[in-house]
Amino acid sequence: MMEVEGSMNRAPDQSSFLRSRRSKALYQFKQQNLPACKPVLTPISVITVFMLMGFVFIPIGLITLRASRDAIEIIDRYDVECIPEEYKTNKLSYITDSSILKNCTRYLKVQKYMKAPIFIYYQLDNYYQNHRRYVKSRSDQQLLHGLEYSHTSSCEPEESSNGLPIVPCGLIAWSMFNDTFTFSRERTKLKVSRNNIAWKSDREQKFGKNVYPVNFQNGTLIGGAKLDPKIPLSDQEDFIVWMRAAALLSFRKLYGRIEEDLEPGTVVEVNLMNNYNTYSFSGQKKLILSTSNWLGGRNDFLGITYLVVGSSSIVISIIFMLLHLKNPRPYGDNSWNKKSLAS
Amino acid sequence: MTKCRRRRLHLSNIYAFKGRKSSFQEDHSHIGGPGFSRVVYCNEPNSPAAERRNYTGNYVRSTKYTPASFIPKSLFEQFRRVANFYFLVTGILSLTSLSPYSPISALLPLTFVIAASMVKEAIEDWGRKKQDIEMNNRKVKVHDGNGKFRREGWRNLKVGDIVIQNSTDPPSKRSRIERKMDKIIYLMFGVVFLMSFIGSIVFGIETREDRVRNGGRTERWYLRPDEADIFFDPDRAPMAAIYHFFTAVMLYSYFIPISLYVSIEIVKVLQSVFINNDILMYYEENDKPAHARTSNLNEELGMVDTILSDKTGTLTCNSMEFIKCSIAGTAYGRGITEVERSMAMRSNGSNLVGEDLDVVVDQSGPKIKGFNFQDERVMKGNWVKQRDAAVLQKFFRLLAVCHTAIPETDEATGSVSYEAESPDEAAFVVAAREFGFEFFSRTQNGISFRELDLASGKTVERVYRLLNVLEFNSARKRMSVIVRDEDGRLLLLSKGADNVMFERLAKNGRKFEEKTREHVNEYADAGLRTLILAYREVDENEYIEFSKNFNEAKNSVTADRESLIDEITDQMERNLILLGATAVEDKLQNGVPDCIDKLAQAGIKIWVLTGDKMETAINIGFACSLLRQEMKQIIINLETPHIKALEKAGGKDEIEQASRESVVKQMEEGKALLTASRSASSHEAFALIIDGKSLTYALEDDFKKKFLDLATGCASVICCRSSPKQKALVTRLVKSGTGKTTLAIGDGANDVGMLQEADIGVGISGVEGMQAVMSSDIAIAQFRYLERLLLVHGHWCYSRISSMICYFFYKNITFGVTVFLYEAYTSFSAQPAYNDWFLSLFNVFFSSLPVIALGVFDQDVSARYCYKFPLLYQEGVQNLLFSWKRIIGWMFNGVFTALAIFFLCKESLKHQIYNPNGKTAGREILGGTMYTCVVWVVNLQMALAISYFTWLQHIVIWGSVAFWYIFLMIYGAIAPSFSTDAYKVFIEALAPAPSYWLTTLFVMFFALIPFFVFKSVQMRFFPGYHQMIQWIRYEGHSNDPEFVEMVRQRSIRPTTVGFTARRAASVRRSGRFHDQLNKNFIAF
Repeated sequence: MMEVEGSMNRAPDQSSFLRSRRSKALYQFKQQNLPACKPVLTPISVITVFMLMGFVFIPIGLITLRASRDAIEIIDRYDVECIPEEYKTNKLSYITDSSILKNCTRYLKVQKYMKAPIFIYYQLDNYYQNHRRYVKSRSDQQLLHGLEYSHTSSCEPEESSNGLPIVPCGLIAWSMFNDTFTFSRERTKLKVSRNNIAWKSDREQKFGKNVYPVNFQNGTLIGGAKLDPKIPLSDQEDFIVWMRAAALLSFRKLYGRIEEDLEPGTVVEVNLMNNYNTYSFSGQKKLILSTSNWLGGRNDFLGITYLVVGSSSIVISIIFMLLHLKNPRPYGDNSWNKKSLAS
Repeated sequence: MTKCRRRRLHLSNIYAFKGRKSSFQEDHSHIGGPGFSRVVYCNEPNSPAAERRNYTGNYVRSTKYTPASFIPKSLFEQFRRVANFYFLVTGILSLTSLSPYSPISALLPLTFVIAASMVKEAIEDWGRKKQDIEMNNRKVKVHDGNGKFRREGWRNLKVGDIVIQNSTDPPSKRSRIERKMDKIIYLMFGVVFLMSFIGSIVFGIETREDRVRNGGRTERWYLRPDEADIFFDPDRAPMAAIYHFFTAVMLYSYFIPISLYVSIEIVKVLQSVFINNDILMYYEENDKPAHARTSNLNEELGMVDTILSDKTGTLTCNSMEFIKCSIAGTAYGRGITEVERSMAMRSNGSNLVGEDLDVVVDQSGPKIKGFNFQDERVMKGNWVKQRDAAVLQKFFRLLAVCHTAIPETDEATGSVSYEAESPDEAAFVVAAREFGFEFFSRTQNGISFRELDLASGKTVERVYRLLNVLEFNSARKRMSVIVRDEDGRLLLLSKGADNVMFERLAKNGRKFEEKTREHVNEYADAGLRTLILAYREVDENEYIEFSKNFNEAKNSVTADRESLIDEITDQMERNLILLGATAVEDKLQNGVPDCIDKLAQAGIKIWVLTGDKMETAINIGFACSLLRQEMKQIIINLETPHIKALEKAGGKDEIEQASRESVVKQMEEGKALLTASRSASSHEAFALIIDGKSLTYALEDDFKKKFLDLATGCASVICCRSSPKQKALVTRLVKSGTGKTTLAIGDGANDVGMLQEADIGVGISGVEGMQAVMSSDIAIAQFRYLERLLLVHGHWCYSRISSMICYFFYKNITFGVTVFLYEAYTSFSAQPAYNDWFLSLFNVFFSSLPVIALGVFDQDVSARYCYKFPLLYQEGVQNLLFSWKRIIGWMFNGVFTALAIFFLCKESLKHQIYNPNGKTAGREILGGTMYTCVVWVVNLQMALAISYFTWLQHIVIWGSVAFWYIFLMIYGAIAPSFSTDAYKVFIEALAPAPSYWLTTLFVMFFALIPFFVFKSVQMRFFPGYHQMIQWIRYEGHSNDPEFVEMVRQRSIRPTTVGFTARRAASVRRSGRFHDQLNKNFIAF
């Protein structure tokens, strides 16, 4: 496939070998005559490339797919079921009525053995956390420095309330997810850890250790969760997780970890507070329990595409091979270049 | 150029053809008018009148800028480009709250790009400045009165000093490719606006949905639409959509490659450096390298369709050499012409060029100017031993006597040199001298020469009494002298063109006619100028009669004096006895036939525009293989008896009318011939030869289309006796008439108009002054360098620039479409998929160097193969590499790549657990992964697209990818207040996650599959010409002549010119085409 061609290959003078070599290189450069590799897409190389691609992609695909299958996932959509029967026709009035206690119980049946840590996620669908108005509506400086930093115009309209600045300001903070979950197995509470769910760099460098929520959710319109004003932002990990905006309109966020293994057949009882309003924009809420593997969680997509493309490459390679064998271009045959270029 | 002497030659005035007379009047009607002409006091610099006029100095400034004007003017120049202006507008808009990204990240690349362009401008202007300084300090001779000259610096000249000046504002030329590129940019603008428009509509609709409902809560309550400013206000959604449109236009500015112009400029400058440094275009004798004076036209060099060439000084060196002769039916002279040499080098099987090719010629001994004759049979007095010594003697005597040259004897050495009217004539006398018949003195009525006395064997001086000179003119095509020799015999010695001479031979004077004719034809085919030599003895009575009539005629004052003389001399020059023929080579410059042959094989049409007379031009046509014997010559001139008669009778309108009619008729006849030949599908080739006078009419508005039609149907076109203006007009006609690229090449001041009018003007930096070079775009020292300039550099530059532009748009579309697709998932809120700095640095850092390297270094085919397969050049002429098909193809490739990158990344990172710690992928991770894929894919695409890898390509391609990772780490290490969401994104999130690497790996291969498959299939089943050559090189078939010829063959067409075609034609004629061709291939 490769051929190295360098013209002007005159034997260099022995005495000033190094110098002449350097000047030769410069000369070759100036004369556009540097030794070069000129790959040509010959049928053999094309067949080889596709073959190789197939042979590399298929194992990767298998491994990836296997890893994906290793992760056990329980998904439970609860936003519809958790609305009491009488509010089914008017979910919005239910969710916006702050006087109703919105607790709800869900039972999740474990099908396969799930090894700790079992990650707990909530998933929101049709939620534009990537909307420009939303993404921009925060102040990283304020999150780090608190009230010391006052240029928070980007947080509008959640910059200040009652004439006082809000910490943390902005729409993201204001709209924080506020459903809560507790998990129990056969009446005993499962050990759920809610630490270390945020990225380390966020905890340490982006959210101030001495920054406490001030004047938060004090306005006329309450968005989402309230924050404990006694805990510094850097320790409010669920808040930190929320603040990292999702890329797409359907996303999961880490809620916590169940630190116990779950046997198949176990029924996990979930007590949740269905506070968060996704009803006005026909969003969905899901609760997910999932184990992880070396690759992450369950997602067959990558594995399958690897397999498909890998096997297609082999097919393409074989097609090329057949075409080549059936229709070889014999030495000196010019029938392949019939297409006349000259007018 | 001159500051005050702005007597601009307005191009439109100069070149729009209005007929000689009217334009003359028009020019003069402006005298005294403002800005057009002025009163000058010649050679009275100190006269009070001149002082009063207070002319400014002669300081020449050709620079574009002064230190003061540089900043504003160059900025203006930069932003005059529509793309740059667009970026300026988006840059300014980015300062407002409309901006989707931070202003600094948008302005910095723009500043960088503009600064780079300005630095380039400054460097170029500095070059011009240096040239100016040299120019201004140049010394000229100024007439000081009384015929004396003093030396004066150019800058100190005053108006009225007498020197020559000739300067016009050079036209600014842009290449076809760049003009097409502008169209692509407009297309991209269209795409950007369309996408913004669509986005704005969707955005407007979605924003309106958010308006406050009855319940008091809104749809997407988390956006607080109830408190939104105008940009997101659901109640004023149409307004918000309009504002959004501007934001989107800014965001999608990544579709337009901001660095395109500056990259192309850098690339072109570097290409020019390569052209200037090419050792194979360096003329050692004069220490003249090639010099690309403008870098704008590099790729245009690869698209030349027609070359319009000057003759003297360009094709020929303007020196005549006596090289062969045929005396008494025997051919003498073993010298080899340039054409024969080229042909001999190509084929040793051909028998076309005479039998003495293989003779190794003794080239030793001092070279004599005008004489290149070697033949031991006649040299050094050996001629006396020849059988026909008497004829030989007469022949040489004729050479020594029948001419109008004047000898100059060097007192010191006693050697004689000659001043002659034409270099041909000088060559004859020199030849006579070398044969031993040394003409050394001319008196009022005598011609003296030394010769060997056959009887005594000594050198004797002879004096011939010169009685009459019957002068040469183009109608007579002969000249004669009547002399009385020392024995008192009256002799008429005559030399002239074969067609007039053969018919004047006496019955008993035709002894050698057959042989001589044969030789003359051979000589003519070899590109030599031939003359027939003949004589007769004149009867005393006859002469007395003639002398009387002749003198009478000469002294007459009637209108028909000339025809009277013609008649009388015609009577005299009859019954001649043939001696032989001479062959003089109008010395071609080195390698000219070879170069023309290659250019012709490349499918380039070559027109010769010369001021010379028709015979000379035709001869040169033969010499350069632009004409060959069996070509049908369509000659258009006004030498018909009818016109001549009219010319005598006067009546300008009448002459004009008749001339016009005659020219049109001749053109129509020519066209009819062409059509007939074409419909008979014969392989006949045509040549059009037209003289200046006819050209005047042919170029008139009504007929120029006809003329062009005829001319383009002919294999070669020769315009003789053409004025500089006609040269320019013909150039313009070809340029605008065919719409193809024209290249004009010339060396003299009379070629300036042509050089400026053509798409590319190439000046020969020879001896004939600097004007041509100063007004050229590229200067080379020798015509033959044109071959390398066009076939190698031209082709490379063309293929490079076109690939480069295609790739530029590909990479920006790839990038832009990923941004757009992400938009679709943010309800078109104009949230960029990437970090601001990722966005803005894409064009500058992560994809710029490889594309520049592509533009500067890529070689689809090496120089050797460019020469070997000249037809490759047609890729440029037909613009195959920059066709809309290819451009759109690349664009679609970009769209596909973007779709692949976006959807694959989106799906494989879809709300799954992203890493073993259970974290999920946020915006920054999707953005980072997509961006990594984009960087990888566009760089790998580059690696796939180029066909030439040196260490440089490896460095820039893999370096760009590596630099992305390095940048990501460095940028991620900066405090989060600056790096925002890119903080530690690589170290913490991307790099440790296997899914990041697996996704990248998959996407980059997947995105390239379509291109790879396409290229493989194309290479295998529909290879382009350069790909065929790559095949040949790769498979090592280049040493298999038969195979190579299969590919080459198509370049040898019967209708082309050049000696390869000539040989092919003549072989075909002899019906041994295939055998011979095959035989010849072995020789390749």
